[in-house]
Amino acid sequence: MFPLTEENKHVAQLLFSTGTCPRCIFRFCGVDFHAPYKHSYEELLNDMQKFLKAEKDELILEVPNPPLKKIRLQELEDGIDNLSQNGESKISVIEDGSIASPNSNLNVNVCNVCLGILQEFCEKEFIKKVCQKVEASGFEFTNLVFSVSFPPQLSVREHAAWLLVKQEMGKQSLSLGRNDIVQLKEAYKWITYPLFSEELGVPIDGKSLFEVSVVFAHPETVGDCHFLGKIFPDCFKPAKNKQSIFTRMAVMKALNKIKEEDFRKQFPCPPNSPKAVCTVLEIECAHGAVFVAGRYNKYSRNLPQTPWIIDGERKLESSVEELISDHLLTVFKAESFNFSSSGREDVDVRTLGNGRPFAIELVNPHRVHFTSQEIKELQQKINKSSNKIQVRDLQLVSREAIGHMKEGEEEKTKTYSALIWTNKVIQKKDIEFLNDIKDLKIEQKTPLRVLHRRPLALRTRVIHSMETHYMDEHHFRLYLKTQAGTYIKEFVHGDFGRTRPNIGSLMNVTADILELDVESVDVDWPPALDD
Amino acid sequence: GEEPQEPPAVPSLVDRYFTRWYKADVKGKPCEDHCILQHSNRICVITLAESHPVLQSGKTIKSISYQISTNCSRLQNKVSGKFKRGAQFLTELAPLCKIYCSDGEEYTISSCVRGRLMEVNENILHKPSILQEKPSTEGYIAVVLPKFEESKSVTEGLLTQKQYEEVVVKRINATTATS
Repeated sequence: MFPLTEENKHVAQLLFSTGTCPRCIFRFCGVDFHAPYKHSYEELLNDMQKFLKAEKDELILEVPNPPLKKIRLQELEDGIDNLSQNGESKISVIEDGSIASPNSNLNVNVCNVCLGILQEFCEKEFIKKVCQKVEASGFEFTNLVFSVSFPPQLSVREHAAWLLVKQEMGKQSLSLGRNDIVQLKEAYKWITYPLFSEELGVPIDGKSLFEVSVVFAHPETVGDCHFLGKIFPDCFKPAKNKQSIFTRMAVMKALNKIKEEDFRKQFPCPPNSPKAVCTVLEIECAHGAVFVAGRYNKYSRNLPQTPWIIDGERKLESSVEELISDHLLTVFKAESFNFSSSGREDVDVRTLGNGRPFAIELVNPHRVHFTSQEIKELQQKINKSSNKIQVRDLQLVSREAIGHMKEGEEEKTKTYSALIWTNKVIQKKDIEFLNDIKDLKIEQKTPLRVLHRRPLALRTRVIHSMETHYMDEHHFRLYLKTQAGTYIKEFVHGDFGRTRPNIGSLMNVTADILELDVESVDVDWPPALDD
Repeated sequence: GEEPQEPPAVPSLVDRYFTRWYKADVKGKPCEDHCILQHSNRICVITLAESHPVLQSGKTIKSISYQISTNCSRLQNKVSGKFKRGAQFLTELAPLCKIYCSDGEEYTISSCVRGRLMEVNENILHKPSILQEKPSTEGYIAVVLPKFEESKSVTEGLLTQKQYEEVVVKRINATTATS
């Protein structure tokens, strides 16, 4: 059913005669149910013409003032004339440079308000084109969120049309607020969402991680915004990541400030008719990040946790994060990754026992659905590929769950095994007293080896317990359970006396640490999995 | 010097992570040699070289003072944050402390490298003997952080360990020749 009524006729006629499309006319008449917008464009055009023709007849019958009637008729006919003259000349350049002609069976005048958005960009042909791009992008998805970005000057044109309609309604003592108009974006969604959903066979869901975004531009009318920049320079400050100062937000801000009469002086109401419809700047697909967690063992004393690069040169060819993430990148077909873990070990330190919790963010993954069997196979693949590391408890986790890993970083305890050298000859009895020390408080100044990149501070840490295994006159093995964040190497050698007490000072020798292994990182996340 | 011990099975902590640089006869004073330990992360630890008069047998340190002038004490140095704001800036000639010996001699220790003062070793104030027992570890004088872009150039005017040893040998030879 045609949604406009008698009271909309003046506005509809005015807009239609000045080159506004039927769907935009619906919007300005506040038609807020979806169905009318979904009719085919030809149908809408026909119905609109019929509706307005009826008005023409009525005008002849009802309007007592003949000259006015004639002017109106003239305008209306000019408008229709225009339609057929320019209909075939419109082409638009699509983002890859190819020329796309609009639906040729639509003999359409480009709408002076929506610049074609509610015209050919609502047509099945365009929807199909977007969907082909989505299919070709190779993403795995079960729903999607659709986002669309319109050129900022659309807001200026919308404003101009609003002022025009408001004035017309004022003549009939009616008012029209900004919010009485159906937003262009809303109408576009109503029309296109069902079409996208049908074409792709998945629902549209605002919470989906898979996003399809379409960006429109309209080069012919970019100048529309410029007068606002002259009046409100404060609204248009250059920003680093913006190509133009005329962003949609800035334009909206200026439009909220400008006085009606100033706007009318600067910009035609109604807006003039453009030659071409919008161009499609880009059709992009992106998938929100997914997260994989697990625990790793590091069995090498020549393997850093993250790539070790000094002055742009790699010191060692591999790293824990790369040995794990490279496989994940391939399987998830992701663009990049971010590795994080519960603390870290030095390049020459091994991590044994149940390993160290880690999590990897996979950015823009094309594949995201895996069975637990597939994840298990992925873990096996990682483990077979290197004997320097092993991974366990590999699993998909939520972004929120990563927090558990970082919580543990400060609070939990860690156990270590260290090989100690002493300058003085030692007997078994010389080290046994260490076994009896419990919850020893030590004060550590930021170690010299990290002082160049961390603040200088004095921190208190607790050595919960120690256990010694005598080896020979200069060596013993020391097992330690400590508060997380304790610098173990410095606790052994003392770091120029900057960690006190230290093993050397406790034993009254010069002590050095020859090997260090992390035996456990006592964080109970991620949950352990059975093999 | 440090008490003689069996050499460790592996290089010492200082040898593993630091490069030793020397400056002989600092400020023209004979035998007042300094040793600068530069970590691979560019941090410099200022120490006395083995040949410094303070470390020769028979010397007793009476006191050490970081008050280098009436209104400047190295003890007032405070650094804050990752970027170590507030540090005193040192040129290579900047004095760090004065060592007073029981024989009436006094020695001024200089930075020898340009950079910002991170900390001084307060432990040697309370127990000056550590300076003589462990001059290259616990008995250090100060920690200096050179500018990132000067991390290589700060040691340009200094002697390598080999050059320093040659200087010491020549010095001994000269002494035996004249005596």
